[in-house]
Amino acid sequence: MFDTLSLSALPPEDEALRPALRALIAEAIADLPVHRRARSWQGFDAAFSRKLGQAGYLGLSLPKEYGGVGRGPFTRFVVVEELLSAGAPVAGHWIADRQSGPLIRHYGTEEQRQFYLPRISRGEALFCIGMSEPGSGSDLASVRSRADRQADGGWLLNGQKIWTTNAMHSDYMIALVRTSGTGADRQSGLSQLIVDLKLPGITIRPIIDLTGDAHFAEVFFDNVRLAPDALIGEEGQGWKQVTAELAFERSGPERIYSSVVLIDAWVRHLDAVGRKDSATLRLVGSLTAQLAVLREMSLAVTARLVAGESPVVEASLMKDLGTGFEQAVPQLIGDDLASHPDEAVDAELYRTLLYVTHIAPSFSLRGGTREILRGIIARGLGLR
Amino acid sequence: MDMHELIDPFARLIEDVCTPAAIRAIEAGGDAAPMWQAFTDSGFLDALVAEEAGGAGLSLADAAPLIALLGYHAVPLPVGDSMIARALLAAAGMDVPDGPIAIATGHGPVPFAGVAGHILAGSSEAPVLTVAGGEPTGVHHDIDAYVSGVDGRALRPIAAILRALLMSGATERVMEMTVAYANERTQFGKPIGKQQAVQQQLSVLAEQAVAARIAAAIGARSGLSPRPADAAIAKHGASLAAAQVAAIAHAVHGAIGISEEYDLQLLTRRLHGWRLADGSESYWAGVLGDLRLADSTQSTADFIRAA
Ligand SMILES: Cc1cc2nc3c(=O)[nH]c(=O)nc-3n(C[C@H](O)[C@H](O)[C@H](O)COP(=O)(O)OP(=O)(O)OC[C@H]3O[C@@H](n4cnc5c(N)ncnc54)[C@H](O)[C@@H]3O)c2cc1C
Repeated sequence: MFDTLSLSALPPEDEALRPALRALIAEAIADLPVHRRARSWQGFDAAFSRKLGQAGYLGLSLPKEYGGVGRGPFTRFVVVEELLSAGAPVAGHWIADRQSGPLIRHYGTEEQRQFYLPRISRGEALFCIGMSEPGSGSDLASVRSRADRQADGGWLLNGQKIWTTNAMHSDYMIALVRTSGTGADRQSGLSQLIVDLKLPGITIRPIIDLTGDAHFAEVFFDNVRLAPDALIGEEGQGWKQVTAELAFERSGPERIYSSVVLIDAWVRHLDAVGRKDSATLRLVGSLTAQLAVLREMSLAVTARLVAGESPVVEASLMKDLGTGFEQAVPQLIGDDLASHPDEAVDAELYRTLLYVTHIAPSFSLRGGTREILRGIIARGLGLR
Repeated sequence: MDMHELIDPFARLIEDVCTPAAIRAIEAGGDAAPMWQAFTDSGFLDALVAEEAGGAGLSLADAAPLIALLGYHAVPLPVGDSMIARALLAAAGMDVPDGPIAIATGHGPVPFAGVAGHILAGSSEAPVLTVAGGEPTGVHHDIDAYVSGVDGRALRPIAAILRALLMSGATERVMEMTVAYANERTQFGKPIGKQQAVQQQLSVLAEQAVAARIAAAIGARSGLSPRPADAAIAKHGASLAAAQVAAIAHAVHGAIGISEEYDLQLLTRRLHGWRLADGSESYWAGVLGDLRLADSTQSTADFIRAA
């Protein structure tokens, strides 16, 4: 079972990207304190995203004729790994690069590809994902936001989205909405629309989280008029498209590296205080060993994407294991540091630890909850 | 070579000679010679021996699926140990005995020592072979045994990877058995596998089984003279998984799982023994932590990439 997941190696031409990319990242994060680096994929820096785009590190798997780099998921793996392990602010381009770009490439019309993809690759078109609604979290098929076809072929959009990461900084949202039927029709009658967030009738209200950050938002649509070409893919095929998109969202190294800036800061602390007793070594080694295995699993799932598959079950399996690890890290490091009350911990490490500790519950929520993922795995096991 | 040409005949051989009844007979002290003879005749024992020395010259990564199959079928003889021992002995220009060879790397029970003819200790470069004469552990139907007077510490990394491969095969089989059982066993009018609580447990089992396989593969990639970091990642990951997989499998099986006549226990008893052999997860975590802290300026991502 799951024997399609096996060790694979990154191509040398992708490995070769690291030194130059690393230099660019080092410059960008030089002045960021560790607790800001620990935010990484919550860290918004449009200028940095554009810089990455100019240097050719965005749109990696998009074809060259649309301004992309024409490489593939392995290339993206390397770039993502470098960005996250350094703690670079990636929120600006994150969603466009990972999900919206590939989605438009697969399902978009020629005009849509020509219009959006080059700008995504330059880091100039920032996207957010409008799936969740107040009444539709895990039960995504129940979305109620609704777009009605108008006489001119355009759409009239009404409804509300919530938890939309970076809606307030984005240019566009790809929204999952109902275009026919009623909520009782479940998966059928859903479509994806590209919504220009500057259109009249749209209100975006940031939501502050428990760390004091506002990285997600509520978005209200009040009689928003969309042009006919707002539809992406086929009318009524939104569910199928969203499911494929989620395989991209769930499989990447972002599902293992959310706490790695904290691990590295802690390791530097251990070195500084010279603590090397066996309990310490074991904890360092255990976290390192688990991360090594998770990284190979993530790479194995990436290899399925490279092979042109949509590894929905494998990605779920990897994400659940990965986010469990990411959540264990602040708990274990917190216990370690606080079980040495006579050892001085600098305030920056403490801030980083508490930031990761407080935000950690989100790791197994964003992109689909643990329970939902395990349901997908169970289906893959033939139990449902 | 197409790996199936290698794996399929080996799988058929094991299915023929290593039935659950045959395993039970050997565990009960029966004659292991016929089963061993079948493995000898197959030629697979020399899979890792260099071609110049008359073997098949496979790398450890190539042979990894074969070793995992031994775990998958709970083969009650040190076939994997012997494959490695024969390769090391041949490479050192030493005579290779015909019978089963177990590898001893510490003072705890040595896997398969109770059914081995010889014990390998020493190091890869200077292997030391002694005639087996282990003390029984006293554990019900255990084929492992205590071995005294040898020092095989230097072989611990390769033995750890071997154990990880065996565990990865066994966890795979336990997963298949448990999922099949959950689909068959009916309570409250439907298969227990339709219960969400059971599904969630089985999903965790599957995650751990895949993690064990990937961990073991990291070790196998390192070859017959493995880097300690690779051995550590392999044995840590497989041992961690083994304990969880065994626990969930038994929970889902209910009482039938702990009965002797049901085959699950043939695998889970091995899993627990292999987890404890050649260093547990915490032992190897300590080894890896030491290596990691030796260069604390390096990032964790860089460290694991180099491992
Ligand atoms: C940091 C962060 C960023 C996010 N960004 C975005 C974004 O950009 N765009 C977007 O659309 N959404 C986003 N989300 C929303 C996210 O996708 C949802 O939080 C998630 O799908 C769960 O929905 P919910 O929060 O409404 O929880 P609910 O669906 O209400 O679930 C609550 C609990 O019940 C459990 N549960 C629910 N149904 C079942 C079931 N059938 N079986 C077992 N257990 C069940 C869940 O697992 C969970 O534990 C984000 C969330 C977070 C935390």
